[in-house]
Amino acid sequence: MPPHYPYRPPTDPGTRHPIIIVGGGMVGLTAALDLARRGQPVVLLDEDDTVSIGSRAICHAKRSLEIFSRLGIGQALLAKGVTWNTGRVFAGEKQLFAFDLLAEPGHEFPAFINLQQYHLEEILVEACRKAGVDLRWKSRVTAVDPRADGTTLTIETPDGTYQLQADWLLAADGARSATREAMNLPFVGKVFRDRFLIADVTMRAAFPAERWFWFNPPFHPGGSVLLHRQADNVWRIDFQLGWDADPEAEKAPEKVRARVAAMLGPPILPANTEFELDWVSVYTFRCRRLEKFRHGRILFLGDAAHQVSPFGARGGNGGIQDADNLAWKLNAVLRGQAPESLLDTYDAERIPAADENILASTRSTDFITPKNDAAHAYRAAILALAEHHEFARPLVNSGRLSRPAAYTASPLNTPDDAPWPPGLPPGAPAADAPCGEGWLLHHLAPDFTALVFGPTPATMPPGVTALHLPANGLAAHRYGAQAGDVILIRPDQHIAARWHHCDPETIDAARRRCLCLT
Amino acid sequence: MPDLITTANLADPDAVFEALMNAHRDLAPEASRQLDAKLVLLLANHIGDPDIVKQAIALAVE
Repeated sequence: MPPHYPYRPPTDPGTRHPIIIVGGGMVGLTAALDLARRGQPVVLLDEDDTVSIGSRAICHAKRSLEIFSRLGIGQALLAKGVTWNTGRVFAGEKQLFAFDLLAEPGHEFPAFINLQQYHLEEILVEACRKAGVDLRWKSRVTAVDPRADGTTLTIETPDGTYQLQADWLLAADGARSATREAMNLPFVGKVFRDRFLIADVTMRAAFPAERWFWFNPPFHPGGSVLLHRQADNVWRIDFQLGWDADPEAEKAPEKVRARVAAMLGPPILPANTEFELDWVSVYTFRCRRLEKFRHGRILFLGDAAHQVSPFGARGGNGGIQDADNLAWKLNAVLRGQAPESLLDTYDAERIPAADENILASTRSTDFITPKNDAAHAYRAAILALAEHHEFARPLVNSGRLSRPAAYTASPLNTPDDAPWPPGLPPGAPAADAPCGEGWLLHHLAPDFTALVFGPTPATMPPGVTALHLPANGLAAHRYGAQAGDVILIRPDQHIAARWHHCDPETIDAARRRCLCLT
Repeated sequence: MPDLITTANLADPDAVFEALMNAHRDLAPEASRQLDAKLVLLLANHIGDPDIVKQAIALAVE
């Protein structure tokens, strides 16, 4: 049964709070947890009193798990989730190929885990509660009045409406963001003319923890189907229905049961597998974003800021990276360590990241939903060639799975002052590696960390913690570093700068640049 | 950036044209389209450089 969190009548009408987050989904909760762990008081408003209905965002990428690990819940998610590395792509009755998402050793987290969004949110709510986030359930925002120095919110509760003032408002209220609608902000992008049926099905089956994608399978002719295993023997199945499908008729349980039953039987599942439907929905999707994510004192995150098709798991993972990018910046501004202009770099870094996700998911959607005869012909040609010819397999697009954004064009980066071997340029997320008894990323400080390679004595400027690493280990290899090199890591564990030769003044200048102080 | 070759470069043009026509002979329009799509993909892969392929597309669209 889903949890129901306690609603408490408001006791502080009219009060001004430094940070109010609208939306208690996975992205709003992640931002709340990050800010609370940085010592910020956070009020979070959610319109209902429970977690996500249905599995929704299920594939959590390594980078998201590393962010959650920084927030103290990485291992809990790993323990609850289903780790997978293998994907298989089928056309008709035949397997075209399998792919392995690299089980490269020397990382704490795997490429992906599958975990229902409601489980993730339950773990996040508990962590937020422990971190002191003021969680206000059954609190629906009905009016948003932005000013230069803050926002007045009108909030509807079971006890009537009241108002709060926010110095900073984080809108994480999803694709139908009430904040966005209240501010009348347009989306740029496109809507796809296709419908998908999504079903959570509980069944006991020995099917491996793999991603299976079918083009035009015998049990669902003319459409595509995606199958994933999640926690608690819950299976997620997405059926492509086409634009002309009737969404209400398709949701009828007997109709969905027939679709699932048609899948049973070799090679997928034993013919007599018993199953139960947990949740069914029909969705269409959009690939679009707001023109800007920062609007004065209001910042948009996750689906409220940008939306993608589900193929590639870029919605949830992109939203988590938004929260990761924004929390340390807002914390630095609120502490007076950085000017407000640091928050403009949320746009400078996350808009290119959103565009990358929109491009990848638009291309996947164009492959999965061909728009004209030529697209059908090319796709059929690719699928026909892919079975026997390796060259055609990279052209098969059943979703390009989420990759962490590298902010390589960010104004916060200090450009290299000397050539580096291929490795991790400024803006890239820090790579994990074994470190002592644990993992490198666990040793990074909440603010700035300098990775110092080899037996190099190093004096650090204020606000920077040194982490000494061997010059011949896996970490040095991953960072392309040699003895004497120093790499500066930001509070969100992205790389800010790197040097073969530096002194405390150089490091301090890079730190100041990263805080928009120069 | 290398340029798409648009000067005569084919060793035996008549034989290539004949091979294409033979492959399409007796095919229904849909099957012909399939064949052309496969050919484009095979040749694009052989070329390898996306810039060359894009130059060819731009020229073909003209």
